[in-house]
Amino acid sequence: MPSLSVKHLLGIKDLSVEDIELVFSTADNFKDVLNRPIKKVPSLRDVTIANLFFENSTRTRLSFELAERRLSADVINFAASSSSVSKGETLIDTVNNILAMKVDIVVMRHPHAGAAQFLSKHVSASIVNAGDGAHEHPTQALLDAFSIREKLGEVKGKKIAIIGDILHSRVALSNIFCLQKLGAEVMVCGPTTLLPKYIASLGVQVETNLRKALEWCDVANMLRIQLERQDIRYFPSLREYIQLFGLNKEILDSLSKRITIMHPGPINRGVEITSEVADSAQSIILNQVENGVAIRMAVLYLLAGQVGK
Amino acid sequence: MQKRLLLNSTQFDITIKRLCYQLIEVHDDFSNTAIIGLQPRGVFVARRIVSSLCEILNLPKIMHGDLDVTFYRDDFRRREIIAPSETRVDFIIEDKNVILVDDVLFTGRTIRAGMDALLDFGRPRKVELLTLVDRRYSRHLPIEPDYIGISVDTITSEKVTVKWKEVDGEDGVWLV
Repeated sequence: MPSLSVKHLLGIKDLSVEDIELVFSTADNFKDVLNRPIKKVPSLRDVTIANLFFENSTRTRLSFELAERRLSADVINFAASSSSVSKGETLIDTVNNILAMKVDIVVMRHPHAGAAQFLSKHVSASIVNAGDGAHEHPTQALLDAFSIREKLGEVKGKKIAIIGDILHSRVALSNIFCLQKLGAEVMVCGPTTLLPKYIASLGVQVETNLRKALEWCDVANMLRIQLERQDIRYFPSLREYIQLFGLNKEILDSLSKRITIMHPGPINRGVEITSEVADSAQSIILNQVENGVAIRMAVLYLLAGQVGK
Repeated sequence: MQKRLLLNSTQFDITIKRLCYQLIEVHDDFSNTAIIGLQPRGVFVARRIVSSLCEILNLPKIMHGDLDVTFYRDDFRRREIIAPSETRVDFIIEDKNVILVDDVLFTGRTIRAGMDALLDFGRPRKVELLTLVDRRYSRHLPIEPDYIGISVDTITSEKVTVKWKEVDGEDGVWLV
């Protein structure tokens, strides 16, 4: 069996198409495991994994932790708010102290872009990036593409529109890399102020009209407006944003085809997406969450299984 | 290295038939018995046995499934990753008699993993082991089969190859 070409999962950018396919086929098997009476396998019973979350997260942290426990790994959790980071310890010192307790894999979320990359150059453990600033969130992109593959059969040739706050979104960037590698067409859509200036250089289409984007796509991935990251006002009012970029039932029903709706969560109901749409049959939001565990199990299994790397 | 034929296709057929009759002696009409082949190659033995049993007993079907043990192996991180195969157990194992089936029994480690994987589906009443080829005196674990197609004495450097009409074009067992 081929193994991953990388020792760490820092971003989708470093992965080959074969790597992504390998994660998917392994995740298929784990999804099967998750539907058994006993949803646990003993593969990683001699592996210790540290979850280092320097930034708040509910879904991703729970999903990783569940994946780790279902692989029988030993898990330690760390949240920056309750740690020595607030006492002025550097990232490398914090992590090396944790590694001295014989940890094999580090899953890290950090507010600064490149933190995972930086760490991978200074420590011996395998690093899994669980989101670094507005840079990448690779496991989210893998589970998004996996969910599209599950729903539509394949990713290749499909049209995916990523809609909303692209500027502050690591999910958008990872998704663009992942979907393009798998042969999909990608469009980003949002207010001009929330679209990065050079985003078109990644080979994506840029659209500022929600209806046009929806008419074009097979799948709409709605992103959350990250109010907590907005240092300045990017649009006049939330009400105006909802009117121009909010996805509701009327606009969805007026399209010429049935598109699939995704959202990486957490949802601001009534802002980027109405409750009616989020809970509709066209939405695969909860499938994404379910697939997240299988994808993370696959990533951890494949990284842990590398011998002598 | 020279290949030695252990079972030709006629003998192969006779062996499968004999195993079927041995199973019938114990399991009667298979109403509470399931046959589970271990991936990847045990599933061929299991399927062949199931179809022969259906023919002999004139039954429409017998409960059977495929079990992949990749995630239960004890050599993970000690050798290259093995690609997992599909697990297909679409019946309840609880309180059933289960016959685990593999093609070649060597160290017994795969069977150990198979038992662990099986028990994650429930608590069977009894588990038995059927192997087409038993490489004697090579066990690493205290595991012995209940039904044996052929017993062979081998040295570690030798390899037993089982070929199947379905995928290899012919039935037969060779020592390589």
